[in-house]
Amino acid sequence: MSLLVVENLQRAFGGVKAVRGVSFALAAGEVLALIGPNGAGKSTCFNLLNGQLRPDAGTVRLDGVDLVGLPPRRIWRLGVGRTFQITATFASMTVAENVQMVFLSRAHRLLGLWTPAAGAFRDEALALLDRVGMAAQADRPCGVLAYGDLKRVELAMALAGDPKILLMDEPTAGMAPGERQDLMALTSSLVRERGLAVLFTEHDMDVVFGHATRIIVLDRGQLIAEGPPDAVRADPRVQAVYLGSPA
Amino acid sequence: MSFYLVQFLSGLATAATLFLVSSGLTIVFGVTRIVNFAHGSFYMLGAYIGWSLIERWGTTPMGFWGGVALASLAVGLLGALMEVGLLRRLYRSPELFQLLATFGVVLIVQDVASAAWGAEDLLGRRAPGLKGSVDILDQPFPLYDLVLIGLGPVVLGLLWLLFNRTRWGTLVRAATQDREMASALGVDPARLFTGVLFLGSALAGLGGALQVPREAVTLHMDMAIVVEAFVVVVVGGMGSLTGAFVASLLIGQLQAFGILIFPQITLVLVFLFMAVVLVLRPYGLLGRAEDAPPTAASTGPPLVLASGLGRWAPALLLAALALVPLVAGDYTLIVLTEVIILALVAASLHLLIGLGGLVSFGHAAYFGLGAYGAALAVKHLAAPMPLALAAAPLLAGAGALLAGWFCVRRSGLYFAMLTLAFAQIAWSVVFQWYGVTGGDNGILGVWPPGWASGKAAYYWLTLALAGGTLLLLRRAAFAPFGYTLRAGRDSALRAEAVGIDVRRHQWLAFALAGASAGLAGGLYAFSKGSVFPTLMAVPVSVDALVMVLMGGIQTLSGPVVGAAVFHLLETQAMSLTDWWRLGLGLVIVLLVLVFPKGIAGFARDLWLRRVDR
Amino acid sequence: MNRRHTLLLLGAAALFAATQPVASYAQTSGEPIRVGEVNSYTGLPAFTIPYRQGWQLAVEEVNGAGGLLGGRKLEVVSRDDAGKPDDAVRVAQEMVSNEKVALLAGTYFSHVGLAVADFAARNKVPFVAAEPLTDAITWTKGNRYTFRLRPSTYMQAAMLVEEAAKLPAKRWATVAPNYEYGQSAVSWFKQLLQEKRPDVEFVAEQWPVQGKLEAGPTVQALAAAKPDAIFNVTFGADLAKFVREGDGRGLFRNRPVVSLLTGEPEYLEPMKDEAPEGWIVTGYPWDQIDTPEHKAFRDAYQARFKEPPRQGSVVGYTTFKAIAAAIDKAGSTDPEKIVDALSGLQVTSPFGPVTFRALDHQATMGAYVGKTTVKDGRGTMKDWHYADGAKYLPSDEAVAKLRAE
Repeated sequence: MSLLVVENLQRAFGGVKAVRGVSFALAAGEVLALIGPNGAGKSTCFNLLNGQLRPDAGTVRLDGVDLVGLPPRRIWRLGVGRTFQITATFASMTVAENVQMVFLSRAHRLLGLWTPAAGAFRDEALALLDRVGMAAQADRPCGVLAYGDLKRVELAMALAGDPKILLMDEPTAGMAPGERQDLMALTSSLVRERGLAVLFTEHDMDVVFGHATRIIVLDRGQLIAEGPPDAVRADPRVQAVYLGSPA
Repeated sequence: MSFYLVQFLSGLATAATLFLVSSGLTIVFGVTRIVNFAHGSFYMLGAYIGWSLIERWGTTPMGFWGGVALASLAVGLLGALMEVGLLRRLYRSPELFQLLATFGVVLIVQDVASAAWGAEDLLGRRAPGLKGSVDILDQPFPLYDLVLIGLGPVVLGLLWLLFNRTRWGTLVRAATQDREMASALGVDPARLFTGVLFLGSALAGLGGALQVPREAVTLHMDMAIVVEAFVVVVVGGMGSLTGAFVASLLIGQLQAFGILIFPQITLVLVFLFMAVVLVLRPYGLLGRAEDAPPTAASTGPPLVLASGLGRWAPALLLAALALVPLVAGDYTLIVLTEVIILALVAASLHLLIGLGGLVSFGHAAYFGLGAYGAALAVKHLAAPMPLALAAAPLLAGAGALLAGWFCVRRSGLYFAMLTLAFAQIAWSVVFQWYGVTGGDNGILGVWPPGWASGKAAYYWLTLALAGGTLLLLRRAAFAPFGYTLRAGRDSALRAEAVGIDVRRHQWLAFALAGASAGLAGGLYAFSKGSVFPTLMAVPVSVDALVMVLMGGIQTLSGPVVGAAVFHLLETQAMSLTDWWRLGLGLVIVLLVLVFPKGIAGFARDLWLRRVDR
Repeated sequence: MNRRHTLLLLGAAALFAATQPVASYAQTSGEPIRVGEVNSYTGLPAFTIPYRQGWQLAVEEVNGAGGLLGGRKLEVVSRDDAGKPDDAVRVAQEMVSNEKVALLAGTYFSHVGLAVADFAARNKVPFVAAEPLTDAITWTKGNRYTFRLRPSTYMQAAMLVEEAAKLPAKRWATVAPNYEYGQSAVSWFKQLLQEKRPDVEFVAEQWPVQGKLEAGPTVQALAAAKPDAIFNVTFGADLAKFVREGDGRGLFRNRPVVSLLTGEPEYLEPMKDEAPEGWIVTGYPWDQIDTPEHKAFRDAYQARFKEPPRQGSVVGYTTFKAIAAAIDKAGSTDPEKIVDALSGLQVTSPFGPVTFRALDHQATMGAYVGKTTVKDGRGTMKDWHYADGAKYLPSDEAVAKLRAE
């Protein structure tokens, strides 16, 4: 059964239709890649899904619950984790504290005025950091990390929320090729372990075709292809979009 | 009908001055992001220098207008000098630190102007050839005001040409939108900033010099104009010249017509207007989101609970302070009592600035509400002191909940100015509600009962309550509450994406900070025996801000150190000399140059360096 | 910088030297008697510096004549209050506990005066309020330890009402700064004038913010009401603006103006030849008062400071003469005895005899009521007479009732 069902999603910015009637579904255990040329509407799609933007029309259902109109923090509580194209972490905190924050939030313990936060959920956070390969840097401030490491921290933060669905906006941007494969391999194994569903965008086609179980292709706000990697790779419309032949 | 026309023209004349001054401020802010408190001082200097020149040469039109132009240039040079000598050394400091430096300049200019031009108001010459009035529909209207009315649009036009038709102007506009981009274009930002400070200050000086034929030049002109200029800048939308122009026009007309309907409203009119505009429009009338500054306070290194001896430092300090009455005299205890109270005010403000990245210009409101909470309980309910002291944080917290709900919906300087607007509204209510608050004559007889009236007893009481709250605030900073606040400051995007309601959390922090400041206010009321609206006036908010910045915003001990240093300096200087403002201003400027991260920040860096080695 | 500024600076330097600890005076019999003095020296230097010179002259005269209580010198500890009541209270605390002053004196702003008065009552220290005008300080908020020298708002308004009632004007407009002083001046003026002249009506009022008068619109709004006469309470920079703008817009053409304090040189002289002509004012025509008391004071003051006295100079001088007289009368520095001595104390001021009434601790010092004029390019007063404060106070019963509140 599908975990996430998106129907006829639409959003315009001052007359420019960025997303025009996008529909797709996502099931647990899937790693779905959303690809398309620059300006196709990928990031807008992501922002519509996690509530940062409100769609003009269309529905987004998670386990049958309508997400449209909910703020990001509510959607997160319903089980949608997210990483950003440009990493967003808490720069004044250590790596471990970043992950601990998510645990605290999940446990509704953000208003505590007395017990120090540094000890809360530290073991859980370290375990997750170990999983993403950041345990050694757990006590470094996020503000001084290399970009690739920040991406890993973001992944750990997303996982700390125990999501059903992980939205990853260009998860490997700014990483060295070897790192990219490592991160996506890690993601794939997490999907298997935890029964997650992943939706990600990516420019690196090696990453996309190496790790996606299914691909949807967006061009100028519309879905133009959908299917397993081999079928999409062979789709002439996709080739036209990517090779720049006249449309 | 003719009356309304003339009233309209009077409003335009008011607007012209406002625009000249605020256009300079908006240009300076737009490019350098410096909250320049000294802008009003430049206006005042323009008036004084203009007065001197006009007294000497102002008998002919050439001499008069030459004097005005020369005064404007001289003030522009002073502004450039401030940039080169002071501000330039601070661009790598945390944002807002420059504000502290400009505050030092304000104090210095006050005393220098008093020494140079004397204490008495100076009424200058009228503009030659423009002394009389013309009849407009049978109503006499001063000629000079007509000239001023014409000058506003002319200056706007010239500035427009400067920014749109010259290379320098284009660079300034580029720098307004993106400071990094400007340096990528191969512009030396330091020289650009010097030029911008020159231009902005010259405009302030021009505004000041043009007042000479209209009003007496006084030592109070600086504070009178600077707050209003900030209001115009924010209402118009920061960095927008046209916005400043429109806002000046609106405020000029509001003042001209407001007094016809409700004469008493002059006290609060501009702040009411600003509050309404900011509640309805997040970036002022013509401001754009992309021009808005980022959150004011920069993120620092992680807060680390000290280990070993350092961990016990706060408790040891409290213990040591508790022993002071065994050796100290009454007056020492009185001053220390005030230091502890002010430390609580500064620490509560630091909760917002340092942890939340929310710079409040109106924190005095909650200090004052606390003082009034206690005093009103004593006066109207005959409450005993413990009950009155409980009323203090309650009233202040309630006020903070109300104002905070609106304020946390804005960010950066818009947030700051909205807090100022609410503070001024609260102040004017207290100032004018004679039946309840006693108006500006305040509430007297708020003294502690016998058991707490000894200086040592009251000191211990203050230490217990304020010191306890300080410890609580410290714990809160290390607890999830403080972490969440910092999370919202570091990345609101990420915070929302992991389930944090950033606004609600900031709102609660605002209330906590307000209630803490309120407790401080209650304690202050009983230490002084009386409360007055001055407790919630702008200078108190500024003092609190100065204490936080002086100590350094990146450490938790900063505000406490800042409060102690500032208050002890001020009281010592005040009892030594009438030139205490000059002394205090010089000390602030020196501190800023020597400790660009604040005193506590400097000490921590020293410590860290030692540990690293 | 013109010559007057140089003089002022020199004066300030001399003062600074003079306020240094007076160890050199030490060969007196016994400890000096210390008086704590607090005022808004940085907030309002134009008023407080002449005031300080006034009390310095008084202190020098007292000490020159052999001091008090058998040769003890009078020593003043002077502090700035930054114009803030809470700072004033701290300074008062400092002077009482550290400097061991026998009594307190000074203050300019009403709210500062009230704060110090309350402190004085709480700590049982005598306090002679010099300048603050608010009625409350001797009436509703009066206390055993507080005395006030200057004629209060009520008294000054009453002096002007006497003249205003003689005018034919029936339609009055008022303009006053928007705080307690302005409000109580206007409300007393209205009440007292209507008692004398039931036929007058008040047709317009303006309440500009102190220090921020929007002159053009305010003048225009007043003119629009077409009053027969105007009662003004604004002062200082606001007054100068108001006069200029009012002149430019013909507000004062054929329209009498009755104006509080405007005849004081502090306010009148900065306006130079633009000082208003023919306004009915309270003030201080220092150059024209030729009573022996005043001449002696004026000559001594001018000899000492090389500049003419101001209203503040008289207040400072008289305050400290009264303090010296009270200590002398008390025969001790015991606070209760000084308070008892101050009650009903009679002293000679440059304005003539003054009594600190036992009833409400208000001094009967008066003011000069007359008309403004311009002579030799500067503002002065003409057709003036001395209005003795004793004649412009409500009945004793009414005062007793106010104090009982």
